[in-house]
Amino acid sequence: MDPYTPAIHFRSVSYESGGKQILKNITGSYPAGKITTLVGPSGAGKTTVLKMCNGLLSPTSGEITVDGRPIREIEPTTLRRHVGIALQDAPVIKGTVWDNLALPARLQKKELSRKDAEGWLEDVGLGKEYLNAKATELSGGQRQKVSIARTLVNQSEILLLDEITSALDRTSRREIEELIVRINRKYGTTILWITHNLEQAISIGDYAWVLMDGELIETGESSLLVHPADPRVAQFVKGGSE
Amino acid sequence: MTPLSLALTLIFVIIPLLLSKTLRLGLEKDTLIATVRSIIQLFAVGYILKFVFESDSWIYILLMVALMIFAAVQNARKKGKSIPGITWKITVTIIAVEVLTQGILLGFSIVPPEAQYIIPISGMIVGNSMVLSILFLNRFTAEMEAHRDRVELILSLGGTPKQAIHAQLTDAIKASMIPTIESQKTMGLVQLPGMMSGQIIAGADPVQAVQFQLLILFLLLTTAAVSSILLGFLSYPSLFNERMQLLREQTID
Ligand SMILES: Nc1ncnc2c1ncn2[C@@H]1O[C@H](COP(=O)(O)OP(=O)(O)O)[C@@H](O)[C@H]1O
Ligand SMILES: [Mg+2]
Repeated sequence: MDPYTPAIHFRSVSYESGGKQILKNITGSYPAGKITTLVGPSGAGKTTVLKMCNGLLSPTSGEITVDGRPIREIEPTTLRRHVGIALQDAPVIKGTVWDNLALPARLQKKELSRKDAEGWLEDVGLGKEYLNAKATELSGGQRQKVSIARTLVNQSEILLLDEITSALDRTSRREIEELIVRINRKYGTTILWITHNLEQAISIGDYAWVLMDGELIETGESSLLVHPADPRVAQFVKGGSE
Repeated sequence: MTPLSLALTLIFVIIPLLLSKTLRLGLEKDTLIATVRSIIQLFAVGYILKFVFESDSWIYILLMVALMIFAAVQNARKKGKSIPGITWKITVTIIAVEVLTQGILLGFSIVPPEAQYIIPISGMIVGNSMVLSILFLNRFTAEMEAHRDRVELILSLGGTPKQAIHAQLTDAIKASMIPTIESQKTMGLVQLPGMMSGQIIAGADPVQAVQFQLLILFLLLTTAAVSSILLGFLSYPSLFNERMQLLREQTID
């Protein structure tokens, strides 16, 4: 029935925490090899959806499948390498950019080669001279790039991005948008991108999910954001991108 | 000490009471309560010890030690409320330290197997194990609050809970052990340890007193290391579930 293959599928997913219904009966898919954006007001449950996709959280009810396999049947560390995530504030570990890039390999007791590290940095538009830079002293944009490069080390087929440009200036935002599109084209990576910025969602995303108050109220091609059918989405679109 | 000289020691209570009153520090009530409590508690312990020593029965020795451990656990558990099952984890830790140290002391006949040795040494071990547990739990819960994002980052990159929490765990273990190690460096220079002072006042040979004090100091190093590390490794798994997810803030009780 679907015109595309779903990389991730949510079937009647609900999530409750602290007596609060955070996700309400969500059913929907993320098409493989495409960029899908997740838009909605803050507190809508976007981060929660993302963390469920790589098993940092589990649904209270319902089921999520990755490439057709239920997530709860996949060993967590395997799942998390397959579905990488760049977290909202681009946390880095103490040490150099090299230490950060070597981290995913070290967690598997493997060594990252210098040459591979330089390759991943190049993918995010950073020169190899950055390898010895202190990670905590980088600018927001650079840190975000390191955070993305770090997820590339695991060669994830699905990449989750949580508001990776909302704290950045226009130039850095453009750079990150371009490099994500590049990664999507080069490796065929399925991308799930949370963004506040509707303009960005329309220009970068192939598909969009609109989430409000824990409900998935619209899904479809990004153009739905231009002429939304649901009045709540129309209201949100008119309100602009905060 | 004669009863008269013991009574005269109350002068040292009257001085702070007068000072508090004239300077309106408002500490009179607390000072009085502290004085009365210490008199009652210490005499009670004194008579109980006397009874236990004279009865020379293992049952009473074990009962004493069990009581100490129970009191220590009650004190320390308040600091680890956010960790599920912390009460039995502290209990296991303190019992393990007590068994290990007494096992070595008695096994190698370092001290004679008599109540007179076992009970005061147990008191010091249990007391220090309790303090170390509190120091560890304070630091560990603070580290976890401040660095949840780092722990989650490592999980998100495919790390195990042990890998994810490694930095916070070792930081907390190290931080809790440092006071013990540091205080031993200045031992004898800045202050005479209480136990040694007590022995010397009671008429023991100072060199003999030093030997016992060294024994205690070394024991406390083991107590510190084993308490923090054991409690650390018992505590961290309950912060995660079987899906290797970091559990959200929660409190027991
Ligand atoms: N650790 C948590 N414990 C309980 N509730 C949480 C926690 N984190 C987020 N929430 C709640 O879940 C809801 C959705 O949060 P989130 O997924 O972060 O939204 P978004 O990313 O869209 O801003 C919010 O109402 C938030 O208060
Ligand atoms: Mg969010």
